Amino acid sequence: MSDTDTNHECVCAQLSEEELYPRLELIIEEHRNKPHELIMALHKAQNLFGYLPRKVQQMVAEGLKVSLNEIYGVITFYSFFSTVPKGRHSVKVCLGTACYVRGGQQTLEKVGKELGAKVGDTTEDRRYSLDVVRCIGACGLAPAMLVDDDVYGRVKSTKIMEILDQYK
Amino acid sequence: MNMVRNHVLISIDANTIIAGARAVEDALIKEIARQGLSQEIVVLETGSVGIEDQGVVLVVYPEGIYYTNITPAEVPELVEEHLLKGRVVHRLMLKETPKRFVITKEKTGLMKEQPRIVLKNCGFINPESIDEAIAADGYQAAAKALSSMKPDEIIAEVKHAGLTGRGGAAFPTGLKWEFASKVDNPVKYIVCNADEGEPGTFKDRLILEGDPHKLIESMIIGGYATGATKGFVYIRGEYELSIERLEKAIADARSYGLLGTNIFDSGFDFDITVMKGAGAYVCGEETALIESIEGKRGHPRNKPPYPITAGLWGKPTIVNNVETLSNIPEIILKGAENFKKYGTEKCSGTKVYTILGHVATPGLIETEMGTTLRDIIFEYGGGIKDGKRFKCALVGGAAGAFLGPDMLDVKMDFVNLREYAAALGSGAILVMDEDTDIVDMLKSVLHFFKHESCGHCVPCRLGTARLVELIDRIAASKGTSKDVEGLTRISETMKDTSFCPLGQSLILPVSSSLKYFKDEILARVQ
Repeated sequence: MSDTDTNHECVCAQLSEEELYPRLELIIEEHRNKPHELIMALHKAQNLFGYLPRKVQQMVAEGLKVSLNEIYGVITFYSFFSTVPKGRHSVKVCLGTACYVRGGQQTLEKVGKELGAKVGDTTEDRRYSLDVVRCIGACGLAPAMLVDDDVYGRVKSTKIMEILDQYK
Repeated sequence: MNMVRNHVLISIDANTIIAGARAVEDALIKEIARQGLSQEIVVLETGSVGIEDQGVVLVVYPEGIYYTNITPAEVPELVEEHLLKGRVVHRLMLKETPKRFVITKEKTGLMKEQPRIVLKNCGFINPESIDEAIAADGYQAAAKALSSMKPDEIIAEVKHAGLTGRGGAAFPTGLKWEFASKVDNPVKYIVCNADEGEPGTFKDRLILEGDPHKLIESMIIGGYATGATKGFVYIRGEYELSIERLEKAIADARSYGLLGTNIFDSGFDFDITVMKGAGAYVCGEETALIESIEGKRGHPRNKPPYPITAGLWGKPTIVNNVETLSNIPEIILKGAENFKKYGTEKCSGTKVYTILGHVATPGLIETEMGTTLRDIIFEYGGGIKDGKRFKCALVGGAAGAFLGPDMLDVKMDFVNLREYAAALGSGAILVMDEDTDIVDMLKSVLHFFKHESCGHCVPCRLGTARLVELIDRIAASKGTSKDVEGLTRISETMKDTSFCPLGQSLILPVSSSLKYFKDEILARVQ
C-alpha cells in the first residue's frame, strides 16, 4: 500500500498546504491521463488536504486530462467532496429513516447546540465540522453518529459532549 | 497436531466494531494465552452473525452458545468458566437462541425449513481467509462452471432457477445474462452494484463483510457465462470495512490463480476492480452508476440503449446486485431444481432482509420468498419492542411503501407486493409502533428525497422541493387539506414524468401513508 492510499488518515493538520503538493503529484501520477479515474483521484486528494481547493482541482484537471469545469461538476455533485476547508474532526449525525425514528433529529439538535454550529458549518476554532449523513448502515444501533471514522451507536444526548471532547 | 477443543467465533462487522469488538478480541486472545489454552482454543474472526443490537457477540462451538454484550471485563470469567471448566456462563448467554439461526421447522413454527443460501457462510467463516472460504465450498461452483459447463448451459440453469434481481427491480437474471451473451462485442463488462444507499438497508454490506469470496466467485461465473472479462464492484464510499475485505479477497484470489489469466485452465481470463462511490443515492440506478464509474456526475442515462447493449464506455455491460450474484454459486453447485424448492411460484429462492425500528431484536435475516410480514416481525424480529402495538412498517426503504396491519399476512415476494401497490425493494423493513408520528416519518422520507434528487430532470428536482414545503407546513400544523391533496397530485405527476426510478418511487410512501393514516394526517391541518 502506498502513502497515498485512500485509507490513510488526513495529514492536513500536521503539514502546511504547500508541503502537501508533492504528495498530490504522486497521486496524480497514478492516474495520469485516465479521466475515468477522476473520482478515485479526488477521494485521495481530499484525504490529503481535507478538502479540494482550487489549485488542487487545477492540478488534477491537468494530470487526468479532464476540464476544470467537469471537475467542479463532479465535486459539487457528490456529497463526499468539499471545496471549503473543514474542521479537524468531522461530526456527522445520521438522519437515515432508522435513526430518525429512534431520535436522530434530537441528537442533531443537541450536537448543533453544543458546538454552536449549524449543519454544514465549521466551528470557529476549526476543531469540528457538523454534517448530516443519510444512513451509514449502522441501523441496528440507531441513532448513530460518526466522528471522523469512528461510529458511535445508540447516542444518548447526555453522552454527546463526552464523545466530542475526545477529539482535540 | 494440536487438538482443538473449542472454536470461539467473534463477529467483526460494522455494528460490533462500534461496540468494541476489537478490544474484546484482544482481551480474549490474551486471556486464553494467560490461562495456557492457546493450543486448545481457537479464536476466529467472522462477519455478522445476524444480531445487530446486542453489542459484541461471541459464538462458542461446538456447543453453539451465543454470548452477547461482551466487554473486555467479562472475558476472564468467560474464559475460565466456559473454555477452561466447561461451564456455560448463563448470565452472559443470549437468553433464547434467536429464531433466525434455527432452521428446522419444528422450532420456528414456520411451514418449511428456512434455507441460508446467500448468507450461508456469513458468521461462520473468517471472511479474511480464502482458505476458509474454499473449505466452505468456495470457488467450487466456479470450478464446475468453467471446467464442465458451456456458457449457455450456465445461463439455462440460472434462467430455469427463476432467479430475479434482488436490488429491487426483480428483472430475471438469467434473461439479462442471455441478452448480454448474445451481443456480439469482444469487450463486455460485468458490474456489481454495491452502492447500497436505501436508508435502513445494510444487507449488501454484511454480505460483503461476511463472505466477500462468494461475490468474486459469482462474478467469475457471470463473466464466463456472458463473455465479460472485466468486472467492477461499485461500492459505497462509507463502507470502509467492506472495501478493505473485498480488496483483500480479490488480492488473495489473484494469488491463488482464481482471478487473472486462464482460470481453472479453461482459457478464460477475468479480473475485478473495486470502485469507491462518493455519496450519491441516485448512483444506485444502474445507468447513473455507470456514469459514476466513468468518473462523471451520476446522472441517469436515457434508456434505450440499455446497458446490456451499450453501458460502460459504450460497451455491453451487465449490472447485478450483490445479493443477486451471491445466489449464483448455489444454483450452479446444487442445480436449479434445488433452488426452486424455496420461495413462491413466481419468485424462487430466498430474500435477505434487514429488520429495524421498534422491534425487539433488529437484525439481518434470510428467509424464503413468500414469508409474511407477520412472521418476519414476530418470529424473526421478536415482536414489537416494549410490548407495544404494531402500527405499520416501511418496507423497501425510503422508496418503499408503508404497510399497515391488513398487510401482515400477505405473502411477500416481488410480484405479489406489486399487486398491492407496494414494493419489496431492497429488503429493508422498518417497523413502527403505535406511538410513531406518521407525519414526522413522511417528512423524514421526503426530506431524504429532496436531498438526493440529482437535479437532472425537472419533475423530480422541483417536485421533491414542493413536497418538502407541503409536508413541512403540515408537520407544523400550518397546512390545509389542499396541501394534503397536493402531496398526492405532485407525487402522481412525478411518477408519470420523472426520468428515473428516484422520482417515480415517491408515490409509494406518499400514497400508502395516505391510504392508512389519512385521518391522522388530516387532523394536523386546518
